[in-house]
Amino acid sequence: MTTQDCATCPVHIKSNLIKLGVDMDSWDFVVALAGNPNTGKSTVFNALTGLHQHTGNWPGKTVTRAEGGFVFKDHRYKIIDLPGTYSLLSTSTDEEVARNFILFGQPDVTVIVVDATRLERNLNFVLQVLEITDRAVVCLNLIDEAQRKGLHVDDRMLARELGVPVVPTSARQNEGIDMLLQRIDEVATGEYRCRPRRVQKTSPELEKALSVLIDKIQRVYPGLRNARWVALRLLEGDSRIIEAFENGEIDELLSAQQLAPEHAFATEGGGE
Amino acid sequence: MTNRAEQNSDILRLANSLRWEIGEKVHDTLLQSLYSEAERIATRVVRRTEEKQSFNWEQTLDRILTSRLTGVPVMIALLALVFWLTISGANVPSQLLAELLIETVHPFLKSSAAQIGMPWWLSGLLFDGVYLAAAWVISVMLPPMAIFFPMFTLLEDFGYLPRIAFNLDNLFRKSGAHGKQALTMSMGYGCNAAGVIATRIIDSPRERLIAIITNNFSLCNGRWPTQILIASVFFGAVAPPALAGITSALVVVGVALLGIFLTFLTSWLLSRTILKGQASAFSLELPPYRPPRILQTLYTSLIDRTIFVLWRAVVFAVPAGAVIWLISNVHLGEASIAEHLIRLLDPVGFLIGLNGVILLAYIIAIPANEIIIPTVLMLTALTLNLHGVGEGAGVLFELADENAYMAIFQQAGWTLLTAVNLMLFSLVHNPCSTTIYTIYKETGSAKWTAVATFLPLGMGFALCFFVAQFWRLFAG
Repeated sequence: MTTQDCATCPVHIKSNLIKLGVDMDSWDFVVALAGNPNTGKSTVFNALTGLHQHTGNWPGKTVTRAEGGFVFKDHRYKIIDLPGTYSLLSTSTDEEVARNFILFGQPDVTVIVVDATRLERNLNFVLQVLEITDRAVVCLNLIDEAQRKGLHVDDRMLARELGVPVVPTSARQNEGIDMLLQRIDEVATGEYRCRPRRVQKTSPELEKALSVLIDKIQRVYPGLRNARWVALRLLEGDSRIIEAFENGEIDELLSAQQLAPEHAFATEGGGE
Repeated sequence: MTNRAEQNSDILRLANSLRWEIGEKVHDTLLQSLYSEAERIATRVVRRTEEKQSFNWEQTLDRILTSRLTGVPVMIALLALVFWLTISGANVPSQLLAELLIETVHPFLKSSAAQIGMPWWLSGLLFDGVYLAAAWVISVMLPPMAIFFPMFTLLEDFGYLPRIAFNLDNLFRKSGAHGKQALTMSMGYGCNAAGVIATRIIDSPRERLIAIITNNFSLCNGRWPTQILIASVFFGAVAPPALAGITSALVVVGVALLGIFLTFLTSWLLSRTILKGQASAFSLELPPYRPPRILQTLYTSLIDRTIFVLWRAVVFAVPAGAVIWLISNVHLGEASIAEHLIRLLDPVGFLIGLNGVILLAYIIAIPANEIIIPTVLMLTALTLNLHGVGEGAGVLFELADENAYMAIFQQAGWTLLTAVNLMLFSLVHNPCSTTIYTIYKETGSAKWTAVATFLPLGMGFALCFFVAQFWRLFAG
């Protein structure tokens, strides 16, 4: 990982966030809320912000991005509720919204809301998010429903496996939200260093191709945080990422990433 | 910068050639390793504490709600129940509100205005135009919305909507549309603009366009009150009193089902003509049933939906009220502008079984469907020269109950045909201006916006025309 950031500074890319339509006045940290549909994301959002956004029990409820804010330990947090998606791989509009936000906006913390009763499928998504960002907190929601169904989820073991904090919650009952806020704050301020598991047990040929490509990318963009992820998408033929290379969008992302946070603030008005 | 661009295309070229070497299976391999990792972790951390497999009510419920045999009838029955509760529950509060706002407050405002010597035209514009329009919107819309939205939201919270999608998926696929269109259609029952935004969950642009164009066939909350009022006045009245409520409810369900049918028909036609293509497959997760949180649902559906929608309606009713009063009271020659316009529109109206008043109302109400009924009432009162409280034309008089509505409609020469066609036209006509603007923003195309606007309008004219001709041939 890059070493030039100071541990307690925000890592989000302010200019990109503004471009993504986030009003960045008077916020210290940016939190993105991601997860599969129907995991209670909007309920967690409401519990964190105290807002009464309408929540519904059906997939695809949040197609537009909801935003809110909260203050915890004197830090002012902006929180963005991303559309619920099953993956970050394919290219429907809502998946792209979620992926672009995490990739280009680089939120200080990404809270991944997970349905404790359907852990395996939800983990597919968690692992994909952890490939893009290493600042995440897993919110193990609907833990009460899991208990009623006779399921016990070992949250400590899960945290060890994933390398990021895991907080069991029951957002509908407002349980576990305090702990969630605590963990978000620890990750945002750098008090907790996430060491996310990056799984890729791939074939030897792929690994070879990958190392060639990563090498090339890193020569052009030294200090790129997710070079492996970008390389994998290119090898997959991900059209959105290829497009980002073609139209130069990737430059903007990477140049913003390479600036120290103070500089990102200073150049914010500078335009493209 | 050019240097960067070259380096970028270098990277792309390298990636391309590497992709050739490693074969096509990268995506699958990656997904597979992801899945197996997820599986490994899940089996490590999840433990089944006890097997309590006594009675799985979720499965049983799903078997009833999504079965081929009972799924659709249960859906229709649930809709009918919701409308019946809305119609029979909204009656009394609607009357009370009308009594308060129109029969008590309005004369008081008028007499106070006269006492302080306000000129007649000012008090006419303010109280007979603006105030009455707003008062009508509130008394016609608030009670049904305050009952309908919480019930709908409870169904939503419970998890019923995806089951509807599941039931209708097959039909949507056969129409060449995306199964998720059932969800955006449900969203349209609240508000078409919201339904159009919701089509973002559909991946393919072709299917998304179909969903956007046909969303208008979902009756939005601006149109429910029109349907409910006309159904109770005309159909509730002909049924025996004990069955009045359920008859009106069934008529409204019929119109809603016709909307669903037109959605399928239009989707089918579009996907065979200008939007050709195959329906794409998708997986729809049926979320677990969750006990609805009654209090929170009441709160959010009242604040988010009822008050929000009512506010929007009032905001649009205020200028519309002023316009109605002005065109009714500004004279060109011996008739007012409104009378000229109505006379101009009357022949077209007759042709499609409506009348000039209704067509003019639909023009005035383009910004919001919510104000159709108040506009129709005010314009009707004007053309009949029904002077009630206050001075100037275009003023409403007391409407204590449904019989009073019936009385005006009959004086204006309405028949059952007018009622039927008004309900049909309310279902099938152009979207409101907010929705049109949303469609433009979402599609970014003037062409598709025009299609979405004029296709239903043309269909509405055609439908009403044929109904009117057949009606007159066989019934008249």
